[in-house]
Amino acid sequence: MRYHTPATFENASAIAAAASGVTRFLAGGTDVLVQMRADIVTPDDLIDIKHISGVKDIVQEDDKCWSIGAAVAGAELTAHKGLCADWPGVIEGMGLVGSTQVQGRATLIGNLCNGSPAADSVPGLAAAGAEVSVVGPKGTRQVKVEDIPAGPGKTTLAKGEVISGIYLPPRGKGGGDAYLRFIPRTEMDIAVVGCAVNLRVEGDTITEARVVLGAVAPTIVVVEDAAKALIGSTLDDKALVALAAAASAACRPINDKRGTIEFRKDVAGVLARRAAKIAYDRARGAK
Amino acid sequence: MPLDTKTTGFKYIGTRPDRPDGIDKVTGKARYGADAYAPGMLHGVMVRSPHAHARIKKIDATKALALKGVKAVVTRADFPTGLEGEDWNIQENCMAGEVALYDGHAVAAVAATSLLLAREAAKLIEVEYEVLPHVTDVDEAMKPGAPAIRAGAADYSVPEGLHPNVMRYIEYGHGDLEAGFAAADLVMENTYKTEATHQGYIEPHACLAQLGSDGKGEMWVCTQGHWFIRRMSAAVLGIDVANLRVTPSEIGGGFGGKTTVFIEPVALALSRKAGKPVKMVMTRSEVLRATGPTSSSSIDVKMGMKKDGTMTAAKVTMRMQGGAFPMAPIDSALDCAFSCYNIPAVHHEGYDVLANRPKQAAYRAPGSPMAAFATESLVDEMCRALGLDPLKTRLKNASREGTKASFGPTFPRIGLVETLEAAIAHPHYAAPLGTNQGRGVASGYWMNWGGETSVSAALGEDGSVTVSVGTPDIGGSRASMALMAAEALGIPYENVRVNVVDTGSLGVNEPTHGSRATYATGLATIEAVKQISSKLCQRAADKWGIPAEAVIWEDGCAKPSGPNAGEFPPLTIGELAAEMGSTGGPISGHFEATPSGHGGSFGTHIVDVEVDPETGHTSVLRYTVVQDAGKAIHPAYVEGQFQGGAAQGIGWALNEEYIYGADGRLQNTVFLDYRIPVASDLPMIDTVIVEVPNPGHPYGVRGVGETGITPPLPAVANAVHAAAGVRLRSLPMSPPRILAAIKAKG
Ligand SMILES: Cc1cc2nc3c(=O)[nH]c(=O)nc-3n(C[C@H](O)[C@H](O)[C@H](O)COP(=O)(O)OP(=O)(O)OC[C@H]3O[C@@H](n4cnc5c(N)ncnc54)[C@H](O)[C@@H]3O)c2cc1C
Repeated sequence: MRYHTPATFENASAIAAAASGVTRFLAGGTDVLVQMRADIVTPDDLIDIKHISGVKDIVQEDDKCWSIGAAVAGAELTAHKGLCADWPGVIEGMGLVGSTQVQGRATLIGNLCNGSPAADSVPGLAAAGAEVSVVGPKGTRQVKVEDIPAGPGKTTLAKGEVISGIYLPPRGKGGGDAYLRFIPRTEMDIAVVGCAVNLRVEGDTITEARVVLGAVAPTIVVVEDAAKALIGSTLDDKALVALAAAASAACRPINDKRGTIEFRKDVAGVLARRAAKIAYDRARGAK
Repeated sequence: MPLDTKTTGFKYIGTRPDRPDGIDKVTGKARYGADAYAPGMLHGVMVRSPHAHARIKKIDATKALALKGVKAVVTRADFPTGLEGEDWNIQENCMAGEVALYDGHAVAAVAATSLLLAREAAKLIEVEYEVLPHVTDVDEAMKPGAPAIRAGAADYSVPEGLHPNVMRYIEYGHGDLEAGFAAADLVMENTYKTEATHQGYIEPHACLAQLGSDGKGEMWVCTQGHWFIRRMSAAVLGIDVANLRVTPSEIGGGFGGKTTVFIEPVALALSRKAGKPVKMVMTRSEVLRATGPTSSSSIDVKMGMKKDGTMTAAKVTMRMQGGAFPMAPIDSALDCAFSCYNIPAVHHEGYDVLANRPKQAAYRAPGSPMAAFATESLVDEMCRALGLDPLKTRLKNASREGTKASFGPTFPRIGLVETLEAAIAHPHYAAPLGTNQGRGVASGYWMNWGGETSVSAALGEDGSVTVSVGTPDIGGSRASMALMAAEALGIPYENVRVNVVDTGSLGVNEPTHGSRATYATGLATIEAVKQISSKLCQRAADKWGIPAEAVIWEDGCAKPSGPNAGEFPPLTIGELAAEMGSTGGPISGHFEATPSGHGGSFGTHIVDVEVDPETGHTSVLRYTVVQDAGKAIHPAYVEGQFQGGAAQGIGWALNEEYIYGADGRLQNTVFLDYRIPVASDLPMIDTVIVEVPNPGHPYGVRGVGETGITPPLPAVANAVHAAAGVRLRSLPMSPPRILAAIKAKG
């Protein structure tokens, strides 16, 4: 195994593009190192991106967009007042990842690129409309978060492509988001169902909404019908019933050791309702 | 042995000093199984079957042996043949012979100069299998057409016509069952199932072994009982026990699962072949796949009850699979099934069944939690049907001194009634409950154990005392032994040092199992140090020129027994010890026996849960353990045992289970998917220590380690019923199962 510490993303990309065997990028390593120890993945080239300048930065740009570096750990996000105020749902998704120890290392981009359908930060990012910048042999491109996952353990990134940063849009007025997951225990568990809701209100009426499910299909699912059920409503019972029905209907889950198809569909509807209420309250709250 | 049990007026017993091993453990200095190193040490790695049931056609280690640094490969061919009975079972489990019997069964092992190399070499060992049909469920394994795992191996007890997977059959009871059921106002019968669970000890199995071509060896190992390890390893390898010296490391949990061997004989075999010490450490997946979880069970229970709650008759049929080997704990499960109650007619039937799963090992009160799940759930269902208070109904029928136990003998002094009365009086039992919340109660029993025990104590020149015991300290037993020695000698707790010593230093000791250490090792410790005080009395008597009978031992001093004995100032243990070299030489005490005065412990638990009706998620809100300790030597560690039993029981009830795929492979081989409760899943578990002294121990001790896991399974099920209106008769009560039950109810 070769261990690399490139100084730029262009370098990282070039090493990955030239590599012929199994290649992994090393961000926090809370997936990669665990997989190596369990004999699941044995990389020939391990490319550590933490030596690249700026990867630990959290910056709010002039347009109020948030730019988050590729090696910013969960604990740095949950301790960031401005981010938590703008995007509480995104941050609470990341905050659920692992334990205090894991939080000290785990990153948003690692969570996204590990490709788990149950990744906890990904539904919130997608609901927020987050984008990533991808550096590759052919240059740099901006990609929506929901376009990265391609199935369990897979992404749409081409050979040699590496993500250099993640961008959350300006929060604007009347916005609120929330993420909930279902686990059998209270901590240190993997989502059986996850659901993020991001919405905007004018007065009591919802004007924009995005609903994203995790762990109920090979990738996250952006549920358009669920968003439609919310938009124009005041989150009345009728809207909540329609939201839950749309969420349940959008699931394409499997029966496995973590839950049944029926259970996942039911709970997706329940979480959608509960997350929508939290997001709605946040949208109409202090802001 | 008639014992003059002392129950009051203690100076040290019942206090809560820090444990002597505590600082080393919390600062990381304590040495556990994997912390042993030897010069020239090799690392051993096991090759395991990926199939649930497969004939081993060929094992080819050529490629592995060709790697530089690979020093030895062993297969079953490196072990002696001709073993019988349980020795053969253990050998077969440590290293498969002709057939791999479960997913994870060891088929070969390799030793190399580094762990990485050994892991690499293990992958290069080519094993050719012929996959055979398998069965993992106990009920399926008994059905016609189920693959026979070991045809013809059943013992004489099995009636004709049963599936060859049934290895043993037990039947017993007393009283007129039919008359009992006829006298009842309500007769109910249900079937209950429990899944296999793992003890979940944090420290994986680990050992460092050295065995020469002369058959002499040494081993450092993480175990609950090193004499057991010595005997089993010697049997598996065909060597004499005296030639194998085994030293226990500190132990990171066992709960029964570390009373047998898995890697130890294999590490010795690798060492013998390579001529070097070999260390083996299991991974977590190996622990889950290939050590000894509990049995899974399927249980029918029938009970008759009068309108006033009087139990008239009860019958239980217990089917348990203990993996691909006999000895599932049907015996103790049946003995415990109705042990809490005085029922005129009882009948027990048990089937010990083979399945393609790892060989079960002991897990805290083996069999009793499953039996309690069935019985105590049914009792709850019947109390509901008759509108009776579940604790008062238990009290009405409770076993007490003089009751003919469901399993035969007459109970001596026991404390079930006292635990029930304390539970009824506890504020928890009357506390208000909110929406979607419910309360459950249950009682449970474990008979405890005495067992072979040998202890030595030696007096130091400064009057401090070293106690050498053979029972590894898992739950604070060094502290308890030191307290008992301090009490018996009248010297400060800090002046007693307790060491857990190797097999070369004492006679045979059974493991720290059966909740026996504080009882049996404690009794032996007290007797051993009393020999020291009587020898000191003799030395004082010699000095004073009076007969030894005229000297008594009190508060750490020799004193004249009364005015007639003469006027002498007391001689302290320190003064006597300082001159012992010139007054007759070193002073020590030794006691060995197989004490059989152990007393059973009963417990009653109260639990409140909240069930989310939309997700089936259960939160444990409040939990109270009430249990008879006989005498709590160190109350904090007694409470720890109570809490630990409840915590493990809650895990078993709610989320822990062995999940097998259609291919017979274990699907949840890591703690991510084998869900033991995390700290935030549990409330602070409240404890009430009841003390009904055991007349068989000098200070009244009963074992407390196991009873605590017996009531939680039914207590939680009863609480879930109260909270969600659904009765779950299969464990675990995981959210998908509870939600499905809620939806089915409509
Ligand atoms: C004990 C424990 C508990 C956990 N609990 C949770 C949980 O509750 N929820 C959850 O969702 N996850 C959980 N995880 C998984 C893991 O912590 C998260 O997925 C984490 O966010 C991964 O981030 P990382 O920085 O450690 O990724 P790494 O392990 O460094 O990398 C993960 C993957 O992303 C790729 N990658 C990393 N950086 C880049 C990049 N810049 N460009 C392209 N590809 C990249 C790597 O090649 C690799 O395939 C847990 C893990 C552990 C060990």
